[in-house]
Amino acid sequence: MDLNALYQEIILDHYKNPLHAGLREPYGAEVRHVNPTCGDEVTLRVQLAESADGPVVHDVSYDAVGCSISQASASVMADLLIGKPVAEAMSVHEDFLALMQGKGQVVPDEERLEDGVAFAGVAKFPARVKCALLAWMAWKDATAQVTTPLTEEEVR
Amino acid sequence: MTDLLDVERIRKDFPILTRRLADDHPLVYLDSANTSQKPQQVLDVLDTHYRLHNANVARAVHQLGVESTEAFEAARDTVASFIGAPSRDEVIFTKNSSEALNLVANTLAWATGPLAVGAGDEVVITEMEHHSNIVPWQLLTERKGATLRWFGLTDEGRLDLTDIDSLVNERTKVVSLVWVSNMLGTVNPVADIVRRAHEVGAIVVVDASQAVPQLPVDVAALGADVVAFTGHKMVGPTGIGVLWGRRELLEQLPPFLGGGEMIETVAMARSTYAEIPHKFEAGTPPIAQAIGLGAAVDYLQSVGMEAIAAHEHEITAYALDRLTEVGGITVLGPTEAVDRGGAISFELDGVHPHDVSQVLDSRGVAVRAGHHCAKPAHARFGVQSSTRASFYLYTTPPEVDALIDGLHYVKKYFRVG
Repeated sequence: MDLNALYQEIILDHYKNPLHAGLREPYGAEVRHVNPTCGDEVTLRVQLAESADGPVVHDVSYDAVGCSISQASASVMADLLIGKPVAEAMSVHEDFLALMQGKGQVVPDEERLEDGVAFAGVAKFPARVKCALLAWMAWKDATAQVTTPLTEEEVR
Repeated sequence: MTDLLDVERIRKDFPILTRRLADDHPLVYLDSANTSQKPQQVLDVLDTHYRLHNANVARAVHQLGVESTEAFEAARDTVASFIGAPSRDEVIFTKNSSEALNLVANTLAWATGPLAVGAGDEVVITEMEHHSNIVPWQLLTERKGATLRWFGLTDEGRLDLTDIDSLVNERTKVVSLVWVSNMLGTVNPVADIVRRAHEVGAIVVVDASQAVPQLPVDVAALGADVVAFTGHKMVGPTGIGVLWGRRELLEQLPPFLGGGEMIETVAMARSTYAEIPHKFEAGTPPIAQAIGLGAAVDYLQSVGMEAIAAHEHEITAYALDRLTEVGGITVLGPTEAVDRGGAISFELDGVHPHDVSQVLDSRGVAVRAGHHCAKPAHARFGVQSSTRASFYLYTTPPEVDALIDGLHYVKKYFRVG
């Protein structure tokens, strides 16, 4: 069993020194996601900004409790998505999801996923895929809440 | 260790213990509190049942039906005798402990008369319960407008009984508690709690999921009204659990699931119900699993529960002692093997339990990481999850040594300590 394929140096670095950690103001939406099987938790905030080319991910801030994989994944994701147009960030999200669900058969595009390619090995450990996806799913959820107008019921 | 068990001989009965895992590491199975492994004797009984005797029970007149029914009911006799039940009819087969506990909580919600739970009534549990002994009582009290209360824990992981007389009072209808904690390992003083609960007329429900596998059990001597446990943690199959209850109580409770086998007669307007135990066993039961549980009980009795308990104690004491050598380990729960079962949950400074467990697994050492379905107990100790090693009659000191070596390797791998 190749532990080093799972625990790449990049992952351990992000785990020890997470980027963009902590909850910041201002934010457009805040979500809290948990992994019910293990109890890992993340509270994540997304702030978007308008630009000539449409909405841009202005900030992603988070407070996470969990294993090295889930912590490092939040760090890599925040660093990767901050500054990207929302449409591009969503497409990167899809790439990362495909990589994680690819059972180790998907070859990641380093140009697009940058440090995210370090998680390629996680896809071979089915029990850990949910750890790697926790923050990403939270980001997608929070971003959808900012970009989707509230329904009448929610406004009330 | 001065062991009463011939563990090497016992291990030969468990085929899975010879498994080699990735990189040819021998399996070191330290997750028996999660589910135990099964001896050949149980596997053979399951196989023989399906190959030679398979038929539905209590319905068929044909020879196979008679054989299957006899084996199924004989398993009930075996279980009844194993736990000291005053009557075989008090042994209800369920699918697991969770179903047994939910059966009690739900039928209490539907009960009328003295057993009825309503506004102003109280149900008392403890902070060290498995989720399966928390959620059913939350559902009951929410549905009936009753109040859920609980015993807190001491820093050592024992029940804080200082306010027992106010906590368990004349409003208390049910006290439900775990006998041996699946997370902290604590063995609770059930008899003391039964005494107080019965003073105020409350029913006592005991989750014995971790107790029946590792301690000699006599439900009559215990004094509780209901005891729940599960087959798969006591070398039996999955899909079979047991609810033992005092006859008078079981007779007063309304039925749980409706269906075949639980009836006396059915007309379109209304039905009448079978006597216990069948009143609570609607539908085709887990037949092979019950017969397999009977075989598991025979196996445990052939080894001897006193000897199993003594072995569990010795191996737990050995592990607790060796864990202190590792450095950076904090045990959640009693740190001495006194009134303590064979599950040890711990934190390792600087490494998350998932990562501990992953690295141990790469060396063939199987432990559990997470909240062990006891989130409130983890919250009590200010942690979100832990690593848990748990032992059984087949666990050897060299396996504990493999855990300790593995933990040193974890520290090296994650560069802590």
